[in-house]
Amino acid sequence: MGAFPLPPRVLIAKPGLDGHDRGAKVVALALRDAGMEVIYTGLHAAPEAVVRAAIEEDVDVVGMSILSGAHLPLCRRVAEGLRGSGKPLILGGVVPAADEAELRAIGVEAVFRMGTPFEDIVTWIRNRTGKSGSSPA
Amino acid sequence: MDPQSDGKVRLESGIEVKPVYTAADAPAAPPEPPGAWPFTRGIHPTMYRRQPWTMRQYAGFGTPASTNERFRALLAHGQNALNVAFDLPTQLGMDSDDPRAEGEVGRVGMAVDTLDDFERAFEGIPLGEISTALTINAPALVMLAMHLAVAEKQGVPAAAVRGTLQNDILKEFVGRGAWVFPVGPSVRLVADSIEFCAKSAPRYNAVSICGYHLRESGATPAQEMGYAFEIAKAYIDASTPRGLTPDEIAGRLTFNFNVFGNLWEQVAKFRAGRGRWARMLREECGVKDLKAMQLRMLAGGGGGGLTIEEPENNIARGAYYALAAALGGAQTMALCCYDEAYSIPSEKASLLALRTMQILAEEVGLCDTADPLGGSYFVESLTAEMGKKIEEAAAEVRAAGGVVRSIETGWMQRRLAGQAYEYERRLRRGEIPKVGVNRHVTAGNPSPQVETHPYDAAEAGRKAASLRELRARRSGDGVQRALAAVRRAAAGTQNLVPPILEAVKARATVGEIMGALRAEFGEFREPKF
Repeated sequence: MGAFPLPPRVLIAKPGLDGHDRGAKVVALALRDAGMEVIYTGLHAAPEAVVRAAIEEDVDVVGMSILSGAHLPLCRRVAEGLRGSGKPLILGGVVPAADEAELRAIGVEAVFRMGTPFEDIVTWIRNRTGKSGSSPA
Repeated sequence: MDPQSDGKVRLESGIEVKPVYTAADAPAAPPEPPGAWPFTRGIHPTMYRRQPWTMRQYAGFGTPASTNERFRALLAHGQNALNVAFDLPTQLGMDSDDPRAEGEVGRVGMAVDTLDDFERAFEGIPLGEISTALTINAPALVMLAMHLAVAEKQGVPAAAVRGTLQNDILKEFVGRGAWVFPVGPSVRLVADSIEFCAKSAPRYNAVSICGYHLRESGATPAQEMGYAFEIAKAYIDASTPRGLTPDEIAGRLTFNFNVFGNLWEQVAKFRAGRGRWARMLREECGVKDLKAMQLRMLAGGGGGGLTIEEPENNIARGAYYALAAALGGAQTMALCCYDEAYSIPSEKASLLALRTMQILAEEVGLCDTADPLGGSYFVESLTAEMGKKIEEAAAEVRAAGGVVRSIETGWMQRRLAGQAYEYERRLRRGEIPKVGVNRHVTAGNPSPQVETHPYDAAEAGRKAASLRELRARRSGDGVQRALAAVRRAAAGTQNLVPPILEAVKARATVGEIMGALRAEFGEFREPKF
């Protein structure tokens, strides 16, 4: 690792209509505390807008937070838009274990359910991107 | 709260709890008896002896027909009021055939497009008798209009309809996020509803101000109360120029508060909150009628305290949360269900929550005497301390420029998100105890099996199809005229409830009416986070 390692850039997205943003904001703050650059889409982002923001902001990871139960259709649309971009898609929120296999098939690389230790998310992003951020979690 | 490393016990609101309380700790003057101003011990002289709290479980999903079935089941099981859940497209003013609604129609509540849906949902439910709460905010006026129109068809005049609109749009900008219009026009809509209800539907509570969601977003119990009262003050200020007396305005306001966390802190919060509200209305708002100064509240929920781990533990938590609400003197109660970390409640979970409240009210003596904790050295001392903390919370908001400004700038959102993050860190470090999460964790516990409420995508498709049929069937001209009238009223200062009522009766859709308003008001843009 160099003396001035680039921090991972992460897009935290609230796609769809669900407005419960406590989890998204808490994770955004945890990732910032771990030295990452975090861009937050705000609420009610269309899947296409999430994809556009990911490309324009040139993020390393796209993290979505969905609590309404509509994660399958929303993840499908964002994953399709990100295909070929090399940007991994990860998901947090209310996600039944039974949906995980289908989410993987769609292209969601990791699911972080409610209560996941922040360190697990930070470590996953560091390992996946090879970028560390400026301070330990 | 957990004994902290220095051996002291501090509540979330920042109050230290002593190991023992004596007469020396209690306030010099005991609080007035229940029913006497400022109502610290309760708003009625004999509280639950007069009438147990109203039980109002939040319910609604899928089509109006399936919601009607759940309503009837809850009423048959002894619930005495309704609390309607709407799906996200409805909450955001979108129709079921809107492309943005894909995957969300009927998912977290009932899908409503037109008056037909409301009629179907309330078929066989007498709206003059069953008090009905509508958990709706941005399109609250549309749902109020539909509620009144269905009641009228049942022969119940507006003056006799018993209802409560949630209609607390300011908290939507802070937590829950179902906003549409910018802050200014959003508050105008609330004032329109207060004016309309005060003049034409006096048994209808126009607003239920939700400290609840502020708490879910990171507020301490003291901030939950203090910030909610500041939000209420903003609605009072917006309604005052409508030619209403302070008494008429205050009488149309109710509240919704949370119950998770330390039980004593919740009880003290409710007791102190009643005193603060009564004093604020008298001293700052010029309210004279004692009844209008009574803090009426729905308390319960407790979602923020429930866990995804060992979900059956949430049944026990719900019982203690209900106890806190009852000891705090809530008029109405609703509990989150044990499976809500997974999905909207199953029928079984919903019934269990209702049974929890019924056991508390009927088996174990919670209704025997008013404010049973009154006079406790500890509870009275804590109530006095909470009163100060609630005032401090109000002062924070005022120092940040007042509630409207602090929401427009994002101050309140950032402050509560920062506190939520700190709470989550303390929870993960085990400083906030959670059984099954950071205490008494069963090693190798398998993923829990919870039978969750299924989502019926085919039903959503049928809902969109029936809407398309209705669009073809109704009078297009009539709808366009009604929508134009809504838009004209929005551009001016006329109260929007009457033209929306006409539009609803013409079978205009929620999306069309909200579209007419959006054309005048524009949309809210979130401050940067």
